[in-house]
Amino acid sequence: MTGETQVQGLAIETRGLAKKFGSQTAVNGIDLMVPRGSVFGFLGPNGSGKTTSIRMLLGLSLATSGTISVLGQSMPARLHEVLPHVGALVEGPAFYPFLSGAANLRRLDTADRFAPRGTRRARVQGALERVGLSHAADKKVHAYSLGMKQRLGIANALLLPRELLVLDEPTNGLDPQGTREVRSLVHSLAAEGTTVFVSSHLLAEVEQMCTHAAVMSAGSLVAQGTLAQLRQVGESRVHLRTPDAAGALRVLTHLGLDPVLATSDAADEVVIALLGDTNWQPEAIVTALVAGGVRIRGFAIEEPSLEERFVALTGEGFDVVQ
Amino acid sequence: MSSSEFLPQTQTHTRARVGGWDLLGSEISVLFRRRRTWAMLAAVALIPTLLAVAVRLSSSTLDPGEGPPFLDRVSQNGLFVGFTAMVVAIPLFLPLTIGVVAGDTIAGEASLGTLRYLLVAPTGRVRLLLIKYAGAALFCLVATLTLTVSGALIGAALFPVGPVTLLSGDTISVTESLWRSLLVAAYVTVSLLGLSMIGLFISTLTDVPVGAMAATIVVSVVAQLLDVIPQLDWLHPWLFSHYWLGFADLLRQPLDLGSFGQNAIVQVCYVAVFGALAYSRFVTKDILS
Ligand SMILES: Nc1ncnc2c1ncn2[C@@H]1O[C@H](COP(=O)(O)OP(=O)(O)O)[C@@H](O)[C@H]1O
Ligand SMILES: [Mg+2]
Repeated sequence: MTGETQVQGLAIETRGLAKKFGSQTAVNGIDLMVPRGSVFGFLGPNGSGKTTSIRMLLGLSLATSGTISVLGQSMPARLHEVLPHVGALVEGPAFYPFLSGAANLRRLDTADRFAPRGTRRARVQGALERVGLSHAADKKVHAYSLGMKQRLGIANALLLPRELLVLDEPTNGLDPQGTREVRSLVHSLAAEGTTVFVSSHLLAEVEQMCTHAAVMSAGSLVAQGTLAQLRQVGESRVHLRTPDAAGALRVLTHLGLDPVLATSDAADEVVIALLGDTNWQPEAIVTALVAGGVRIRGFAIEEPSLEERFVALTGEGFDVVQ
Repeated sequence: MSSSEFLPQTQTHTRARVGGWDLLGSEISVLFRRRRTWAMLAAVALIPTLLAVAVRLSSSTLDPGEGPPFLDRVSQNGLFVGFTAMVVAIPLFLPLTIGVVAGDTIAGEASLGTLRYLLVAPTGRVRLLLIKYAGAALFCLVATLTLTVSGALIGAALFPVGPVTLLSGDTISVTESLWRSLLVAAYVTVSLLGLSMIGLFISTLTDVPVGAMAATIVVSVVAQLLDVIPQLDWLHPWLFSHYWLGFADLLRQPLDLGSFGQNAIVQVCYVAVFGALAYSRFVTKDILS
């Protein structure tokens, strides 16, 4: 963490937070550090332990081991002091299907002892407006689409001004338009000073929305920091297209790189080499290749993408972690 | 927003409590806005109605003591409809409706997923249990009053109404007998409080409301079965269903409140024991629904 975030304090801090379900470890000793004022992406594939962690942060389920502090107070011991300042969407929205959207929000608002009765109607209306649901306020929730329920779930988290918002996969079930709206809502909340902790299994979403991120894989926290810090961990590399692969490998090895022959599609072969901590400028590499008699059909320095990093950390494809 | 507002950890101040017990009002309004609740109350009202209509339509008069208690008197005095209906409803039908309401308290919220939102609101877990129990207890009262009132109305509509001759042979005025009806309703409400707490406890054990409802109803049936096994007579005074039919004592002159008191003590014991069990189960429960 940077010095700056230490001055601001942490909105969420966990140490060795773990949760076991029987013999299965769902969350494996994670040390989360969410700076105040950040939009923090909690990124990980399905089943990687995001929701389980969030349940523990909110005092819904008890950690098997480890400590949690939220807004500077220990959880769940200080739950009654902490939660009034936290708005949450956990594991999808949940409502009484036989009540209207507005009635649902009023009901959940009465559950908050710190929510003033006098302003209830106005606050419910304001929250519905904020998520674009005013027109459906009096419709029964069983007639809501998944996306509308998701919006209503977000509205519930916004009934009072909060210091921290915990949003578990808030764009699930939303169309692209809805996803954009959530993104801009998160931006405007962050601009008001709310810390937003948002989980997602979609990297693109985190990249577009967040200032910080943590990556979960099979219950473990495998990386966290600002987006820039996460990108830096990946290395730039040379991507070379040439008919003279053997020569290219020789020249690049000579330069101190560690080239590999990647898949060769048609006539050309592709050589890839990580730049590592060598400080070669691209033009110097090209000059050396040309001097070595290597014909160059394509040459690029590829910057590391967060996506590669994510895939490297969490594995490719749709394997759900068992 | 300026960075000066991101003060370190001391910033989080305690918000003033303003909402009080609004959730209790909300709980009651949600309970009585459900169609299921109204359907059950309608079914409760149907019991005295069916009973009165059947007596009215049948030509044969019953011999004294034939059929359920008081049934033989219904055709002479409409005020007996309510008492008879209560006797018919207390073993199975009222426990059934209580099982549905009490079994649904926590498990219903869990299955909808609203339990997690109530708890992060935050509603204290103890407060939620108390409010849920208050809702179930209120339903007991409303159900018995529904039966009493609908019994009185249909009785007055189909039969003559006049001074009531009690089991003791004394006669009381119509007004007095209406007071006695309310006393019977109070007695039956109290009778169901223990079962309500058992239902609440069972409801904390599962996320499947139908399971909790069925289990609560089974418990009430089992208690009544145990109550008729002579070998278990040491247990009988401690069964929550033991005094369920004891409200006949309220129809004597002078008024005998003995069984009312004994019944209340048993119910208080059940409320205390199962309340403690529900508490210890629920405050540590992992909410994973
Ligand atoms: N109630 C539960 N009982 C047993 N295992 C569970 C339970 N809830 C979650 N898990 C397991 O914990 C792991 C993490 O789940 P979850 O936190 O829901 O993942 P995510 O939210 O990242 O998709 C999964 O392997 C899941 O099977
Ligand atoms: Mg999840």
